[in-house]
Amino acid sequence: MHPTFAVIFLTTLIGVGQGLFLALFTEQSYSAAKLLPTQESSFYVTGSFIALAFLIGGLIAAIGHLGKPIYMITRAWRGVTQWRTSWLSRELILMPVVMFLVFLYGLVHLLGLDADLFGSSELNGQLTLIIGTVSTAAVFALFIATAMIYASIKFLQEWACALTVANYLLLGSASGFTLASAYAAFTAPELVTFYAGWAMIITFAGFITRSGSLIRNARIKYKSTLQTAIGVRHTKVQQKAMGMMGGSFNTREFFHGKTAAFLKSIKWIFLVLVFPIPLLLLWAGMDGSKALLVLAFATQYVGLLFERWFFFAQANHPQNLYYQTV
Amino acid sequence: MTQLALVIDLNVCVGCHACVTSCKQWNTSGQAGPLFDDNPFTKDPTGTFFNRVQTYEIGEFPNTETLHFPKSCLHCEDAPCVPVCPTGASHKRSEDGIVLVDYDKCIGCKYCSWACPYGMREFDEHQKVMKKCTLCVDRIYDESLPERDRKPACVLACPTSARLFGDVHDPDSEVSVAIRESGGYQLMPEWGTKPANHYLPRRKTKMRIHEDELVRVDNPLKKEDIRHETSKNVSLDDWLM
Repeated sequence: MHPTFAVIFLTTLIGVGQGLFLALFTEQSYSAAKLLPTQESSFYVTGSFIALAFLIGGLIAAIGHLGKPIYMITRAWRGVTQWRTSWLSRELILMPVVMFLVFLYGLVHLLGLDADLFGSSELNGQLTLIIGTVSTAAVFALFIATAMIYASIKFLQEWACALTVANYLLLGSASGFTLASAYAAFTAPELVTFYAGWAMIITFAGFITRSGSLIRNARIKYKSTLQTAIGVRHTKVQQKAMGMMGGSFNTREFFHGKTAAFLKSIKWIFLVLVFPIPLLLLWAGMDGSKALLVLAFATQYVGLLFERWFFFAQANHPQNLYYQTV
Repeated sequence: MTQLALVIDLNVCVGCHACVTSCKQWNTSGQAGPLFDDNPFTKDPTGTFFNRVQTYEIGEFPNTETLHFPKSCLHCEDAPCVPVCPTGASHKRSEDGIVLVDYDKCIGCKYCSWACPYGMREFDEHQKVMKKCTLCVDRIYDESLPERDRKPACVLACPTSARLFGDVHDPDSEVSVAIRESGGYQLMPEWGTKPANHYLPRRKTKMRIHEDELVRVDNPLKKEDIRHETSKNVSLDDWLM
């Protein structure tokens, strides 16, 4: 497929936003269970607004993926109608839901609202815990919806796999937790080891699933061949004309237009930038070094841009069988 | 239930592109607006088409055969491009099975084109919506046209009648009979999309003469063994011609 930067930024930015929210709420639930020191509400307020900023950034990037930006206002609302069948529609619904819930989570923390819902006066922040739990469910649903957009297209065999969902979930969360450790270095240094530790665990888990999908994709046996595409049973079939000379949508949209060597170099760049370098920087930044942790996040995010580019470029659409004289 | 479709006879298609140009002419002139082109008369012409004719070479020289392969939306019975559309712009009509895009609902996200294994949809770079073959839905029901003209433009234009149009769910329709009796097949059956359009394969008419038919005593071919040259003498035929 031809990678679109709108979708690359959309998926990576909302991944960071969702991951950062998960990191914030993990900390709050740990502190509710008295496993971590309780934070000032400003920690959650600023954090959830940073997460919201990433989600809004993703939404702005998504506009670039529409035919015309104005369709966002005039037509995109119809996108909520097909949730029964379309994962893209489900994502379109979940995006504003997650954004609203993250905003609400930050707002309730900001206003210091609380209610004794569990009948336990010792437990503080019960209202935010409820909102956070609902938001966490929505965040996971959004991760799944985003990944299933790709994993549900069965003939894009590189994508049609549970590993795609695992990768979106783990890589998004990893970048969010890495950002959370950098954020903690500025606002709550006692949480740096907690966040950096989790960021390393999730990054490593993401390394396993992403490598798994790379290994799987290297061994894919394509179901469709030129023989099944045109229905001619002969081992030697060669395309002589595609039906056009100057190219068409079919020749532009479904091929990345780069060499195999270029593709391979992108693969190694993201493998280095997303996994080992952030892991090392997180480990080195455990003592609360702001620069190292910010660098860890920046490296991982840039690496994820390469990762997403590769994700799209690697997918081989069967329609390319009909367009072989490019 | 009706499922309108095309049956394309690869045995008679000569690759003249008449179906391509007539399709473009009809569909660029309709109510849905033009099918845009860029650089139509200069270098690198490109544009939106519903129908293309491709050419393949089968076999190795000198035993090769040229296959002209018209390619347009197959109006799949289980169309994978329809359920993925977030806005409902991409839909399959229940009354006749035609897969259509509502250009006023399409947001141009191109997801349906990703979900089509055949690459039959083309994005209009000017109108910024996805477009595809409509099976000339604005023509086949137009009662102001004489009945014989109520067919897709490509079918009417084909000089060799390689394109048949009809209801593939009616077992007695021209298209069903052609599929059944001439070995009609579907493209990429492995994905279970159940394309409504079918293709009829290339066929070769061969005369089979068994050895015993030539050596048998009562062989009628023995007198006029077609493997030998015919008589050089003047025959009655020469006078008649």
